[in-house]
Amino acid sequence: MRVLVRGAGVAGLAVAHELAVGGAEVTLVEREPAPGGGASWYAGGMLAPFCERESAEPAVLVLGRNAARWWQAALPGLVRFEGTLVVAPPRDSGELARFAARTEGARRLDAAAVAALEPDLAGRFRSGLFFGQEAHLDPRRALLRLHARLVTLGVRCHFGRTAPPPGQRFERTVDCTGMAAGRPGLRGVRGEMLYLETGEIALSRPVRLIHPRFPVYVVPRGAGRFMVGATMIESAAEGPVSARSMMELLNAAYALHPAFGEARVVEASSGVRPAYADNLPRIEAEGDRLFVNGFHRHGFLLAPALAARAARLVLSHDAEPENSDETDRQRQGARVGSDDARSAAGRAEVPRQLLRDSGQ
Amino acid sequence: MAPALYGTALRSRLLLGTAQYPSPAVLAEAVRASGAAAVTVSLRRETAQGGARGAFWELLQGLDVALLPNTAGCHTVKEAVTTARLARELFGTDWIKLEVIGHHDTLQPEVFALVEAARILSDEGFRVFPYTTDDLVVAERLLEAGCKVLMPWCAPIGSARGPMNSDALRALRAHFPETPLIVDAGLGRPSHAAAVMELGFDAVLLNTAVAKAGDPVAMACAFARAVEAGCAAHAAGLLEPRDMAVPSTPTIGRAVFS
Repeated sequence: MRVLVRGAGVAGLAVAHELAVGGAEVTLVEREPAPGGGASWYAGGMLAPFCERESAEPAVLVLGRNAARWWQAALPGLVRFEGTLVVAPPRDSGELARFAARTEGARRLDAAAVAALEPDLAGRFRSGLFFGQEAHLDPRRALLRLHARLVTLGVRCHFGRTAPPPGQRFERTVDCTGMAAGRPGLRGVRGEMLYLETGEIALSRPVRLIHPRFPVYVVPRGAGRFMVGATMIESAAEGPVSARSMMELLNAAYALHPAFGEARVVEASSGVRPAYADNLPRIEAEGDRLFVNGFHRHGFLLAPALAARAARLVLSHDAEPENSDETDRQRQGARVGSDDARSAAGRAEVPRQLLRDSGQ
Repeated sequence: MAPALYGTALRSRLLLGTAQYPSPAVLAEAVRASGAAAVTVSLRRETAQGGARGAFWELLQGLDVALLPNTAGCHTVKEAVTTARLARELFGTDWIKLEVIGHHDTLQPEVFALVEAARILSDEGFRVFPYTTDDLVVAERLLEAGCKVLMPWCAPIGSARGPMNSDALRALRAHFPETPLIVDAGLGRPSHAAAVMELGFDAVLLNTAVAKAGDPVAMACAFARAVEAGCAAHAAGLLEPRDMAVPSTPTIGRAVFS
């Protein structure tokens, strides 16, 4: 089967990968001159479904659980299985209790345990949470390597264009172009991030600093580089980081460790995350086209599961977009902290849930 | 019967903020399920980026409740006035929740700048909802400046501490019996909301306590009920505390064998 995939962000690359592995003849087109020209390039790359449950729907945990394994299988050696450390300044220790109550899978740490995990944070935090099952990766390396792997799988990739070379025909199209797809109900959530460089501090894993006003994470990228992110602003505006956002990000990094005060700011960028009203991704069918979109802040976490589902739909000619009534009911019941919600999420076949028939 | 604010009758006594929810879908459901009368909108950060009136605003307007734009994050008269003008243009409403922050840590209102900004905006025809402290004299100045609604805090924003100075709130109610009074900021639990409604306040406005709850929709409904209960209790006439026990059943004339 000949399939056209549009968009070479994390979603498009993952979909193309699953299709190619499944035996399809895949062509990929991307508007930008290189892979990851959109929001994916600015992602944190945390494969942290447990932490994300603090504010995300249960589906994020269900769908994101196996993401690290998928990335490890597709791109061996890329994923760091080091878990996630969550800390809060002493004054905000109540926030840590709140975070623990909203999530599962965490081990509580005392000051010595925090220091054992991250020696450079010794003496700075009296308590913390450790999510040992989580992992992280470098999104930029992941995007480039995934593209390289697609090439070896025989995927024809065309950059700098929105349409395939003339004369080619495709049985199906999978659109993963994010905001550019202009799907109904899709909104932009602006995220701003920084890269800091310093040799004065080393971290082994993503560290989340809980702060009632400016929650941030710092992800080590190796070679003294740290990604600090990310704001969440209800806006589809692109353009440079605002002074206020940079101040908040830097403030929080400084609160994590004063050594960041001496770091060099080597990059300040922004991206616009495509999101639906429930902040969950969707697969929508429209004729011979599938739209895979709305990953919000969970591109690297949820792309594997959604890509696998999309590929199954394409390869099996399974056009079945289903009734979403049940989905909506489950979603409504599926709130954090409710036992019913937990069991509902456990029962639910979540990838199917995320299917929407936009034509109905 | 819910209060009329600047001539507009509210459908309930609960007002919600729109920040920090897990998703816009949860926010929408919380507003719907709780029957909230109005929602506040902070536009400073977003419009500063040039991206006004995006999908998020459309979603808010689809909620079919009154929109109360605010000047959150403003620290000076000029900032607040500029933001208010921008809000009027964007949302087509004269309503403005006026915030001028004076202290970074406690987000305490800068009441001198607040009064000045309230006067400027009232003169320009705005319907000003000032976020203020529980200070009686500041309240008087705000009314002189043209405000017809007062929104005192009961504790710092987002602190979830509940009423820290009930006597001050009581004094406001006693001194301004005809002015709609809305407790804005500091409510952490439905019982806090009930407590201030029992003092005779007209409505409450809250955000964090709902948005950051484990189940925001259920918490919004819990607050709505507490607000109703407190309001009904105030109307019904509450018993004042006494120092001695008073039996609810008469003891005189009781049979000796009972």
